[in-house]
Amino acid sequence: MFRPLPDSPEGPTVTVFVEGQPVVARDGETAASVLLRHLGTARITPVSESPRAPFCMMGCCFDCLAEIDGKGSTQSCLVPVREGMTIARQMGARKVVA
Amino acid sequence: MAQPDYIVIGAGTVGVSLAYGLQKRGQAVCVVDGGARDFRAARANFGLVWVQGKGGNLPAYARWTAESAALWPGFRDALEQCSGIGVDYQKPGGLAFSLSEQALRDRRAVLEVIGGGALPEGVEMLDRDALQARLPDAPLGPDVAGASYGASDGHVNPLKLLAALQQGVLQLGGEILWDWPVQTLRTTDHGYELTGPDGAKLRAANVIVAAGLATSGIVAPLGIDSPLRPQRGQLLVTERMAPMLPMPCSGLRQTADGTVMIGATHEDVGLDTGTTQASATILAERALRILPALGGARIVRQWSGLRVLSPDGGPLYTQPESYPGLWTVSCHSGVTLAAVHAERLAEQILAGALTGDTRHFSEDRFHVPTPA
Repeated sequence: MFRPLPDSPEGPTVTVFVEGQPVVARDGETAASVLLRHLGTARITPVSESPRAPFCMMGCCFDCLAEIDGKGSTQSCLVPVREGMTIARQMGARKVVA
Repeated sequence: MAQPDYIVIGAGTVGVSLAYGLQKRGQAVCVVDGGARDFRAARANFGLVWVQGKGGNLPAYARWTAESAALWPGFRDALEQCSGIGVDYQKPGGLAFSLSEQALRDRRAVLEVIGGGALPEGVEMLDRDALQARLPDAPLGPDVAGASYGASDGHVNPLKLLAALQQGVLQLGGEILWDWPVQTLRTTDHGYELTGPDGAKLRAANVIVAAGLATSGIVAPLGIDSPLRPQRGQLLVTERMAPMLPMPCSGLRQTADGTVMIGATHEDVGLDTGTTQASATILAERALRILPALGGARIVRQWSGLRVLSPDGGPLYTQPESYPGLWTVSCHSGVTLAAVHAERLAEQILAGALTGDTRHFSEDRFHVPTPA
């Protein structure tokens, strides 16, 4: 559903891992936009367990919370991609105890 | 509403608990609430319905608290039915942690004083292993020596409780006037007259002042002393997480939605509702000593509220002799005492006099004559 604009400039890329799968991402884009392009959602909410996708893309709505490099409930729209970054959706209530 | 039987000043938890109880007993009640910037203990509350450890200096307070906890399940059922609002009340018992063997012995000693030489009914001491067995999903930090467990303790969503009580008052035919700060309270030939915003007047034969920290200022012009002071408590709350704490703990509780509340400080800073990094650090450090796994949780909010404290920390219920029909009612534990306020205290106010344990909660207790 989401894809880069046709006239967006080509540029350097990095490889990130979205739920284990290697994915090419553009340098400068955020983890949220990678999630939008590849999975469409970022999380399942902890109480009503309904799906949520990144929405505001500017740090306000908290609907893009995801696990980035193992750190849960991170606002993925505020995190630019990096080579080797791991990105995963957050499915339901988090557990801080293993 | 035509002239009400009772005016209650203050639509916080204490005020609407009484209004709900009086309305249930056939009285016409009008509640007036303060301004948007007033201090609101009811909206900063931690949400414990807590018995263990209370009343060491005031045995009647220990009994009154236990009576309220016993009334709570029935009070909850009736309130939820009347208001249509669920309040997330649970009574799984509660834990107070000790972070050293010495602290655990001290805790037992305090509880044995309250129990008159033995642990009070329903209270037991748990060593570390017994405690861990009760908290299978919450690995304890190395400093935790044990805890006291109180079977009567429980917790509730304090905001839902407040909303349910307010809705209950309305449902039973009572009235609540919002943004109606009382300017003056004076006597008339037939009771009392309140002046509110823009010179509006309200009259009733009976008035209950349950305005928290504003109580003293409302009754002072009548020559009534209501010695209350603010004490700030700061709280932290985490993101919503899978269930890990099956029961409320002193200073830590996981809500029905999964957030963990971390509280609370005790600060004498006057009427300052600010939050500080220093207090956040103290709260977080203690929480991590108890449950190190909380280090992986996000803190999403920090806030503070002002407790309403009497000189000995007990409730303050006074019916001044020279002002029949006038009551002042304030306390620190509006949530714990909500049930006993709506039932027993409402009955006593209707009967016109404090009886039994509540006689010890009059303001008179602070005016003991000193020998010459």
